[in-house]
Amino acid sequence: MTSPMTRTQDGTARTGVEVRMDGLSRHYGPVVALDNLDLTVQAGELIALLGPSGCGKTTTLRLVAGLEDADAGRITVGGKDITHVAANKRDMGMVFQAYSLFPHMTARQNVAFGLRLRRIAAAKRDKRAVEMLELVGLSTQADRYPHQLSGGQQQRVALARALAIEPQVLLLDEPLSALDAKVRAQLRDEIRRIQLEVGTTTLFVTHDQEEALAIADRVGVMKDGRLEQLAPPTDVYSRPATSFVAEFVGLTNRLAGTVSGSTVTVRGRDLPLVDLGTPPGPAIALVRPEAVTLAADSSGDSGPLTGTVIAVTFLGATSRVTVDLGDTTILAQLTTADASDLPAGSHVALTIRPDPVLVSGDAPAVSEP
Amino acid sequence: MAAITSLGESGLSEPAARPRAIQGRRRRRLNLFRYLVFTVSGLFFLLPLLATARFSLEGNRLGTWSLSAWKEIVTYKGPPPLLSAVEIQLELVVLTCVGVLVLLVPTMVWIRLRVQWISRVFEFLCLLPLTIPAIVLVVGLAPVYNFIRRSQLSTLELFWAYVILALPYAYRALSAGLTAIDVTTMSEAARSLGASWFTVITRVIVPNIRQAILNAMVLAAALVLGEFTIAYLLLYNNLPVTLFFISRSTPNASVIFSTSLASLLFAFGLLLILAYAGRRRHRGRG
Repeated sequence: MTSPMTRTQDGTARTGVEVRMDGLSRHYGPVVALDNLDLTVQAGELIALLGPSGCGKTTTLRLVAGLEDADAGRITVGGKDITHVAANKRDMGMVFQAYSLFPHMTARQNVAFGLRLRRIAAAKRDKRAVEMLELVGLSTQADRYPHQLSGGQQQRVALARALAIEPQVLLLDEPLSALDAKVRAQLRDEIRRIQLEVGTTTLFVTHDQEEALAIADRVGVMKDGRLEQLAPPTDVYSRPATSFVAEFVGLTNRLAGTVSGSTVTVRGRDLPLVDLGTPPGPAIALVRPEAVTLAADSSGDSGPLTGTVIAVTFLGATSRVTVDLGDTTILAQLTTADASDLPAGSHVALTIRPDPVLVSGDAPAVSEP
Repeated sequence: MAAITSLGESGLSEPAARPRAIQGRRRRRLNLFRYLVFTVSGLFFLLPLLATARFSLEGNRLGTWSLSAWKEIVTYKGPPPLLSAVEIQLELVVLTCVGVLVLLVPTMVWIRLRVQWISRVFEFLCLLPLTIPAIVLVVGLAPVYNFIRRSQLSTLELFWAYVILALPYAYRALSAGLTAIDVTTMSEAARSLGASWFTVITRVIVPNIRQAILNAMVLAAALVLGEFTIAYLLLYNNLPVTLFFISRSTPNASVIFSTSLASLLFAFGLLLILAYAGRRRHRGRG
């Protein structure tokens, strides 16, 4: 992992720092929010924590920020133990899900707030605030109050405010979830650009898989307070470590099959296994919709890999086609041009691309995509 | 084609015009109702005041006018002198406002941030003085004040009792202000930027509940300015008690009215200044 270098206010070089969490646990009464979490964020890296509501991702972030106390475990930043350090002494910038700008201050004053607390001279503070606002593209809105800014602009100012103090670690708690789709995608790319430019070690929490896959160096998928998988986005998507990851990240077809050796046989087709240690026997194979291709079948023959199109969902450049195979249904993701040749009711032949697949631990039952 | 368009337009515009007319009529009726309520309630408050003013200016003989009742207030020598009573009253207002705010603002912020479960109990405690009659409160406070009085302080000791009395009103005003802002997120944002709890409260929370603080102050001040029972029964001389003594020290019945009106005018004036000063500073920010 690279260790990006940035310049501080006094011009000295600065690198991102490593953040380590060892055996971190947090309970809320009987509820286990975080269960013995071990996670290391490399210097200058952006890790996205992804998972459903209540999986512990926000708790992790709040523990790192010092807004909550861990029941057990240790947090070190740049080798220094900060587990019991107060939130205001941790030197971390945080952007929240809710709009968190101080309503009685202008954008410039908001950005300068942290610098003022650090007793930086007014002229220098003002210069830095303007620089940060320029970085997020809002230098012309510097004298506006939060209520005069849109949601996206407010979150940009919040990002500038968090970055202005040159934090060791940047913590982003679902900062885009309150924004509309277009602004969200724009700001997502902007956050990544700025993070690469500034080089701050960043922990980004989201429940949006697209956001996590698009922005992160590595994605950590969480479930029930545990980290299910921590890997680069492509690996999380194409080589999921658990059936939960496979099903949470992207759509997955659950098809009954039989494991033997290093392959699983699904509807007469041998597919390689991601996990070579899978015990032989009946199992559920998790097949991505984009691994399924369809072709019109005029013969009308029936077989394990033939079926009838029951629905076509237009998604823009691609379309999702639902095919009835008799005993189950399967989803295929095709280009819209290909899908347009296969209207509902047409008879189709299926091909499953031999990508490595994961096998679910669940007993085979009626497979539902 | 033109005929069709014209038919279409007339068909559409007629139902659209009807609700507008109904709305206009409704608005006029509503305005009339507002003026009526305003006039009736205005008269309800104003007539007794005018009557008080009228009686305070009554001369020795029926139908004559005189300023003698007002002169008696100004020339009253005490004890305590009137000016000193005014001064004490103002000091009591300041002390009570400060006391209530220092007690309530950090506590309420803390409850919202950390111990939300205790908020109902705290609310109940704050509202409790509303349910206790002043005379009962005096019975409870008398032994405490007897003890305090041994150290021979001043009428300003009353501010302890006034802080308790002002709690319900100040609590309601501050609670409304704190509900209107996202205290948790703002505090956490400030903390992450390096702010201590003191800075969070003074630089982030307080400026955003300025109006609520002002409302709490106005209510506390109004309460202190009109408080007579506790001061009188605990044998302290605040402004209302002094005005009462003035009215009793003369055979001129008009003095009762002049002192009442003077007390009211003093309270109105002070509250107006408080409200105006707060609003002007609030506007200045934007």
